[in-house]
Amino acid sequence: MTRTVPKTFIGRNPSVLWFLLALAIFTIGVTLMAQAGFVSTSFVKTLGKTLCLCLIAVAMDVVWGYCGILSLGHFAFFGIGGYAVGMWLMYARTENIVATSLSGRPIPPTEQEVIDAIGTQIFGVVGSSEFPLIWSFADSLFLQLLAVVLVPGLLALVFGWLAFRSRVTGVYLSILTQAMTLALSLYLFQNDSGLRGNNGLSGLQNIPGYEDVSQASLSIAFFWASAVALAAGYVLFAWVISGKMGSVIRAIRDNEARVRFLGYHVESYKLFVFTLTAVISALAGALYYPQAGIINPAEIAPIASIYLAVWVAIGGRGRLYGAVIGAAFVSLLSSWFTGGGAPDINLGFYVIRWTDWWLVLLGLSFVSVTLFFPKGIGGLFDMIVINRPVTDRQGDYGPDKGAWRREEGQE
Amino acid sequence: MFRALVFAFLACCFMPMQAGAQDLQSLLQTHRDEIAAPSRSSVGVALDDLAGSGVPAVATFLELWQDRQVWQREADGLFFLAEEGEGGVYTLTDIETGEVVGTADKSELTELRPNGGVRREIASALVQFQLSAPDIERRIAAVDAIARAMNADQLTPLLGAIDNEPDAALRARKERLAGMLAASFAETTQERVAAIEALADDLSVDVRAVLNQLLTTNRSVALAIPQGGNVAAVLEPGSDLSLDTAYEMLVAAELAPARVPASAILAALTENIVDGTVAGTPTAELNTTAAREAAYAALAEQGLVAPTVIEAEAQAAIAAHTYFDVYNESDVAVTDAARLALSAIETRVGVNQFVDLSLDALSLASIYFLAAIGLAITFGVMGVINMAHGEFIMMGAYTGYVVQLFIPDYTISILVALPLAFAVTFGAGVAMDRLVIRWLYHRPLETLLATFGISIALQQLAKNIFGTQARPLTSPGWLDGAWSYNDVISISYIRIAIFILALIFLALILYILKRTRLGLEVRAVTQNPGMAASMGINPDRINMLTFGLGSGIAGIAGVAIGLYAQVTSEMGSAYIVQSFMTVVVGGVGNVWGTLAGASLIGFLQKGIEWFNPSNTLAAQTYMILFIILFIQFRPKGIVALKGRAAGD
Repeated sequence: MTRTVPKTFIGRNPSVLWFLLALAIFTIGVTLMAQAGFVSTSFVKTLGKTLCLCLIAVAMDVVWGYCGILSLGHFAFFGIGGYAVGMWLMYARTENIVATSLSGRPIPPTEQEVIDAIGTQIFGVVGSSEFPLIWSFADSLFLQLLAVVLVPGLLALVFGWLAFRSRVTGVYLSILTQAMTLALSLYLFQNDSGLRGNNGLSGLQNIPGYEDVSQASLSIAFFWASAVALAAGYVLFAWVISGKMGSVIRAIRDNEARVRFLGYHVESYKLFVFTLTAVISALAGALYYPQAGIINPAEIAPIASIYLAVWVAIGGRGRLYGAVIGAAFVSLLSSWFTGGGAPDINLGFYVIRWTDWWLVLLGLSFVSVTLFFPKGIGGLFDMIVINRPVTDRQGDYGPDKGAWRREEGQE
Repeated sequence: MFRALVFAFLACCFMPMQAGAQDLQSLLQTHRDEIAAPSRSSVGVALDDLAGSGVPAVATFLELWQDRQVWQREADGLFFLAEEGEGGVYTLTDIETGEVVGTADKSELTELRPNGGVRREIASALVQFQLSAPDIERRIAAVDAIARAMNADQLTPLLGAIDNEPDAALRARKERLAGMLAASFAETTQERVAAIEALADDLSVDVRAVLNQLLTTNRSVALAIPQGGNVAAVLEPGSDLSLDTAYEMLVAAELAPARVPASAILAALTENIVDGTVAGTPTAELNTTAAREAAYAALAEQGLVAPTVIEAEAQAAIAAHTYFDVYNESDVAVTDAARLALSAIETRVGVNQFVDLSLDALSLASIYFLAAIGLAITFGVMGVINMAHGEFIMMGAYTGYVVQLFIPDYTISILVALPLAFAVTFGAGVAMDRLVIRWLYHRPLETLLATFGISIALQQLAKNIFGTQARPLTSPGWLDGAWSYNDVISISYIRIAIFILALIFLALILYILKRTRLGLEVRAVTQNPGMAASMGINPDRINMLTFGLGSGIAGIAGVAIGLYAQVTSEMGSAYIVQSFMTVVVGGVGNVWGTLAGASLIGFLQKGIEWFNPSNTLAAQTYMILFIILFIQFRPKGIVALKGRAAGD
């Protein structure tokens, strides 16, 4: 009954190749259709944003589906990434505008005057014109891009270290991450947080230095960037969860105490996964918000992170393509329903308007997915894969009903 | 002919009266023009004369004048109280004697219509008469009038009206008011200092206002501190006040020439551009402040612009002068006494504020306790976090709203709403347990998400049914208002009621858990479900009842919260995170733990708000950060389960 395990990474994970293929076909197809005029610029942006959401969903799947940490805080990292890049976009663009308006003067402006004018432009809405300390590096794209990686990375590292060190697990950890997200969004909601309070950052769709390029071309460029980021993220995570480290990570999900007794340093593995996924989430956010054009603290509210968990659960936890499918399916369906795309249903005595009832439908379908299809949409793929590999694992899978070892052993 | 007869008759009628009314009427006649057409600025003289005359009827006249009931007869300029009778004929009454003296047609009369400003002047002149009026309402009104606007003239009449005041409460008020007036307006320093020292026992807002008024200062600048001035503080430019402000003060005091502001320099430079240069400097080089000032100085030398003061000169001028605050009150002894009294009062106000804050924190803690105890019980027994708990709170509040639609009496409707809310949410909880939670035991994270799904569905459902606008849940009239101990310590009755409600539920839950069969079984399942089942307890039934109980208490909490906050479909989510925090901080499955957690969070939130009262968002942020750190030191909460029940 022994079966040779393929040596190469792709050979062991054929789904990666299929996924990349599908993504490439989709990206090229959308590009061609956009060039031909079948797809509007705004829809290309929606698709580009959806790809970013797919990327953060993959990260969420790794941290939850594979490592068993139900983090309700990954959208906070997503938002931090967006804010970090948004600060540069807003600063550089305002600087261009100010430079243009001041260049008409016969006497050139002093440096202080330029900075004051930018400050008034940006912070006028919160009744200030001073640059807060966190905008110190806003004039440098490189430093802000560094912040996209470093700030969420450090935050995740510190938070994760504190939480994992004191053995906070399960539901407790979920609530703590939710509290972290709430604290961050409440902080950003203040006008004196230095990030324009609930106005957020806006005008991010205009890329400084590329004012002449049309939004149609920009949207395609960002669409491609998102697709490449998704592909790279997918391969990275597929690599992380395969091999020996992947086995340890999954083992932590199934029985943390036993892994610890086997001599693995559980905290390090969890911290690595938590931090890595946080950084990838931030990168997804940094790509998302220039396409969305605006970021405000409401985007970071805990509810967003819970929706993220919903996507992953509906798509199917514990398989990366499931997360992608879930994020794409639910977020596109959601915008279709809430955008008024779905036709109303007339029951005679009551008209069901989907803008009002979509959330009810989502909530209930979420409950039924959790109850009846724990594998999610991704589980459907099990039906088409006929040639199932025969497991080389026999015998007892352990007593804990929460564990998934049996199902995974059969895969 | 007829008119002449009438006139003669009228004249006969009140010639003798006029002799009797000589005092008031003649007094009025000396100020006839001012009374007939008063103006706010000049009426004071006439009022002082009237008030000082000692004629008893002056008060009556002033009141009638204020009420616009006095009319002047055009023929002879005399003033009467006139009332419209039948057919537009007015009955004239003498103001002093109250006797009817005749009638007149409207065309013969002019109504006195003092404007608002004049009527205020009249009111303040009236105060001294009203202070001793037989009617207590009017005496109270007079004291209120003095308290609203204190001035030096009121002290003597007020002091005179204390001894004959029969009402003890009003007498105390008068004495207090006289003390406040004496502090500001008494003749001698000793009297004022004594009055100020007497005020130090009082921590009400108006006393503090009086003392602060005594301590108001005026900021000024001079070469040296003037002799004899009551100087409050000497200021250091650069630390106590900004250098720009300091120089502006010099300019305002005409001690230094004005500086040309940067924008004016720029404008002057722009005007004097000649062939792309300003005074020889190319415009492209004028992109620093120093270069601009140099170019401007060059222009000034050519006489093209007014000279300005350069930075170094400005600083020298500031250094050469002294800045200081002077008390408006010239008497040093008075300001010293006022400062001492104020600091004594402020210390006591601080203590009282602490007590007040503690009361606020206590009421907040009782709200969190009510909101979280249901969550804590279900989490403890079943290990299940119910994300829809907030929506059960909302459901309870909407139940109260619906009950009020049918029962208009607020007292009865609240008494009906409380058990009904419990019943509704108990039912919802049991249904949720049977339909969803039961299938997800042993999968806590998935329960969390499934209950979240229910939460968003319920929230949207409430939005669809009740709309997005806030619905009122009105409390009964006897819960309106606040209990106040003094000017600082006060707490609204509704918060006291919620506190009592929380106490009742604490007692009730403790009784159920410790004294009933159900409680015994609940505790058994909490500790070890498998062993409990072996002992013949049905864990399914216990889980169902616990979940129902927890949800039912959430419904009660919803009614309580709805009474002082607004009922919206999102109200649950506002409390859910705090409830989670309470459970996490307090420790799982223990009533006392939840109580400790709720108290900690309530007091913490109020404490942080006290440091930064304007910013409740920051308070919540810091509180959450504190809790994250707290978990580091007590990961299992304040009251942790011990032994096998703790799980690991």
